[in-house]
Amino acid sequence: HIATSLPLPSERDHLRPRIDLIVFVIDIKSKCSLKNVEASLAYVDAKFFLGKVYFLVTGVGRVNCCSIETNAICKLGEAYGSPVLFCELELEGVRVATAQRLLRILQICASLVPGFSALSFGLLMRNSADD
Amino acid sequence: QGSEDPQRTALLLRKAWTLYSVTPLYRFGRGRLRDYARLLGAFIAAERQKGLAVEVGVELDIKVALSSLPELRGSEQDQPAVLVQLSSRSRASPKNSEDKILWSGCFCCVCGDDLSENMPEDFTCLPLFLANGAECYMSVVGNWFQQTFDCVFRRLAISPFNLSWMVAMWTGCKVDKAASAVELVFSVPCLPQPLDISYAIHPEDAKALWDIIQKTPGEITQEEVDVFMDCLYSHFHRHFKIRLSATKLVKVSTAIASAHCDGIVKMLHSQYLSGVLMLLTELAISQIQ
Repeated sequence: HIATSLPLPSERDHLRPRIDLIVFVIDIKSKCSLKNVEASLAYVDAKFFLGKVYFLVTGVGRVNCCSIETNAICKLGEAYGSPVLFCELELEGVRVATAQRLLRILQICASLVPGFSALSFGLLMRNSADD
Repeated sequence: QGSEDPQRTALLLRKAWTLYSVTPLYRFGRGRLRDYARLLGAFIAAERQKGLAVEVGVELDIKVALSSLPELRGSEQDQPAVLVQLSSRSRASPKNSEDKILWSGCFCCVCGDDLSENMPEDFTCLPLFLANGAECYMSVVGNWFQQTFDCVFRRLAISPFNLSWMVAMWTGCKVDKAASAVELVFSVPCLPQPLDISYAIHPEDAKALWDIIQKTPGEITQEEVDVFMDCLYSHFHRHFKIRLSATKLVKVSTAIASAHCDGIVKMLHSQYLSGVLMLLTELAISQIQ
């Protein structure tokens, strides 16, 4: 399910399946997208931040077009205890790889992978990013 | 600081300069500028024989002059700037007529300590290069310097992030006479036809806004720049219902200087020339490193 901002419209609440993973997409070329994500974060229930929220930053291929400092996004990730993934969605290869990655993360968050919980995997992702 | 020769640095003002970053030059001898000018002149003549470096409609002898601009530096650690000028005198015109300057280039370094700190002796750090004139001359001069001093020239682009820093910094500068408007140009992405939005603000209003935001004079934080830009964006949104933060900032213009994301700047105010060059030197160094 894709939404341009939160909160999701309440009319469809009863039809919506359980949400296992929330990925916030930030376009490094658009300050607006960062502001939008920051505003939407306020509508997310606290329990999602135990490994079920990820930030996906796209547009990193073009460093000359960036309107946002990557530091600011990393700080956002730290503030919300959620991993930050970087990609370039405009490149097909990277797009496919990113989609596969997210699907794997979704499987873990939906408790479909034995031995991994959303929380333990999220911590693993964050710690490896710090290295 | 030594005597400032306003005439010489004035030649940097009011011209559109294309920016390049240059890696340190190997075995560049400051005392050999006349020799280098001669060698470069010969190189250009040879290239022109091959049909390169020829500007349409120009059938002239090209003279090369290299000179030092010691006034153009930030600290004692900086190398003095080096100016390269290509001039011509038409074979047809009388002997005593003035040479026409075809192309100018300037190597400079203003507060480039980050780069020059640990540099071995044989290397000269002049990371910022400004070029004005036809591209064909840039490519032949660039090739000669790259071959002779084992350095690399790269176009220096300016991201929207850095442009917003520039407009915030320059808006805050005090200018005596009636300054020109603060102008921001945005390019709207993802449209079938390209669309540019130009947002002009009265300089006094812009400065008043910046003065409210800036806490410590002489110091600027990322947060202050963000607040400044957000105010401008929300003002625009209130009137036109367009979110400028979703577009790409491509050009900023103030009374101090103007800068385009393709790496083209124009410096307009002699008092702040050093300051602008210091900022550009920083960008050049971060591209090299």
